Amino acid sequence: MTQNCWIILGATSSMARAFANAVADQGASVILAGRDMEDLNRSATDLSVRGVEAVAMKFDARDSATFGPIIARAEQMEGVINAAVFVGSMPPQEAIDADPRLIDGVIKDSHTGPATFLTQLAPIIESRGAGTVVGVGSVAGDRGRIGNYVYGSAKAGFATYLSGLRNRLTRSGGHVVTVKPGFVDTAMTWTVEGMFLVAAPEAVAKDILKAVEKQKNVIYTPFFWRYIMLIIRHIPEFIFKKMSI
Amino acid sequence: MVWKTTEYSGWGRVRTATAELARPERASTLKSTLADTACPAIGNCRSYGDAPLNDGGRAIDMTRMNRILDFDAETGVVTVEAGVTITTLAKVFAPQGWLPAVMPGTGFATVGGCIAQDVHGKNHHKEGSFGQHVLSVTLLNGEKRTVATPDRNAGLFRATMGGIGQTGVISEAKLQLKPCPGDVMMVTEQRAENWDAHLALLDASQACYCVGWIDATATGANLGRGIVEEAELAAGLLPKAKPSKKVPMDAPGFALSGPIVRTFNNAYYKRVPTSGRSSVKRIDEFFFPLDKIHDWNRLYGKRGFYQFQNVVPLDQADALKKMLSEIAGAGLASPLAVLKRMGPGRAGHMSFPMEGYTLAVDFPARDAAPELIGMLEDMTVDAGGRLYLAKDALATGPAIKAMYPEHGDWVKAVNKADPDHAFETDMVRRLDLRTAGGAS
Repeated sequence: MTQNCWIILGATSSMARAFANAVADQGASVILAGRDMEDLNRSATDLSVRGVEAVAMKFDARDSATFGPIIARAEQMEGVINAAVFVGSMPPQEAIDADPRLIDGVIKDSHTGPATFLTQLAPIIESRGAGTVVGVGSVAGDRGRIGNYVYGSAKAGFATYLSGLRNRLTRSGGHVVTVKPGFVDTAMTWTVEGMFLVAAPEAVAKDILKAVEKQKNVIYTPFFWRYIMLIIRHIPEFIFKKMSI
Repeated sequence: MVWKTTEYSGWGRVRTATAELARPERASTLKSTLADTACPAIGNCRSYGDAPLNDGGRAIDMTRMNRILDFDAETGVVTVEAGVTITTLAKVFAPQGWLPAVMPGTGFATVGGCIAQDVHGKNHHKEGSFGQHVLSVTLLNGEKRTVATPDRNAGLFRATMGGIGQTGVISEAKLQLKPCPGDVMMVTEQRAENWDAHLALLDASQACYCVGWIDATATGANLGRGIVEEAELAAGLLPKAKPSKKVPMDAPGFALSGPIVRTFNNAYYKRVPTSGRSSVKRIDEFFFPLDKIHDWNRLYGKRGFYQFQNVVPLDQADALKKMLSEIAGAGLASPLAVLKRMGPGRAGHMSFPMEGYTLAVDFPARDAAPELIGMLEDMTVDAGGRLYLAKDALATGPAIKAMYPEHGDWVKAVNKADPDHAFETDMVRRLDLRTAGGAS
């Protein structure tokens, strides 16, 4: 069996943790990357006790100096290198309106940071002729809404980047899965009001893993969000601009 | 903002609360949340009554603090975040030859909850209570972090075992696991024809795990009949797991009416042949038979249910028989009823166990139930027994205080650990548990 390694960016989030557990269950080794090293070390130990090869590494989307060591470690590992990107930040839109300089950070966290990292990783996938990238976007990226359009625009940009990366990697045997989760029961959404049909992180992780196995290109999770967003995308702009959804 | 206004209930669903809940996922968030507001912690809310409730206040949901932090495969000592469930521990460690020494009837219980209620399992007569296998516990109170062990901060440790969360938020615990030869159980089931036969089987049992299912609707000559289940851990081939099921909605009131329960119990009793039988079961199937049916509490309908559980000293078996007779006569009981012989093992001032017989019976929350349970409570006091705080929703403060001789010591310890009364819950207020002096 080929060795599989998953680099998990933003591994402190509950969705990322659930995904790390799911790939570990299948025998993959994992690199848990993020900012809160104390927390990542806890997760790495938890996986090690379960018999998984797991290590914690620093990754800060706003500090590209943290990318190199992870890429270097991946280069030294044998087998197939995969990456899953769960990073992103969503300050309340009011906070952004009060201080527009926050936009820079949101774009770095959700788009340019992970895109820079993945562009550095791409040659490894190409040279090995295999490897999957999972990019977690958001349904918020499908259409700009008054409530979170800065976050949405970053996710939209990232989705376009992923589409291009897919176009590139497919030539050498690599693959890219774009994931657009709807409402997921995470720390980010804990106090958000008006959520419905909220999915558990474990259910989302299972969906993503299935999409990786089946080499899907773009998935919505839970699946019905595809139809919800289909409708939302097709609302004419002259109507949409007056709506608050 | 980390606080979300939520309505929630204990497992019995009779008592509910509306509180602001936070659900930290990292140690750093837990710390900052507690620094913001010192408030009680909750796990999976498997206590039946109001132990996890804090109406109008705040509480910290610990279910995402659920990682294993350290494990020594030589000694079987494991350190965990308090939100880890018993099922997780069994699943991770049984294949490695270790099991939690004590496992309650549901695997959804968190380690924090097991400590806070000092729970027991089917091996109580051999291994004692959960808290007796806790090597250390980390408590958070505001910005203060205290580690207590049976030797260091021993008073605080004792007040924490079975201390229903009153000494602070249990954030981490170190447990001594128990070696196990494999991950299957050899189970023997025998019919017990009546009360005396039932007790005789429980008394004679040499098995590590032993529990009696009791038909709480049988009367007359059949009073106390049931099935005694004895089991040992074993190595063998793992039978296939049956898929879990979900109860999709609240059941209608007649689902657990008298005639249906009597019919079910009769069939359940007779499914074991008169000569008894032995079988191999999965660990989870033996320990957590009800966990396969998610949200089974919805079978009791939207009004919910009460579970009555008491323990009486060995020489008060006749008093317990009288209580069962009252229960059977009332025709209110559900199929879920358990009789077990307990050993003396307990770890805290407010721990439930005492050497004797424990009886647990579920009652749908019909109008007549509180009165019956009130009578059983009085009979338990007269028999020198006690009620279990993990189950209670109806008792009175003076009765509970009279049942727990170390209550006064506990009050001193918890009021010292939590002078601001930040960790009080609905149960503590209902029973006025943080005030001493009910025993007179």
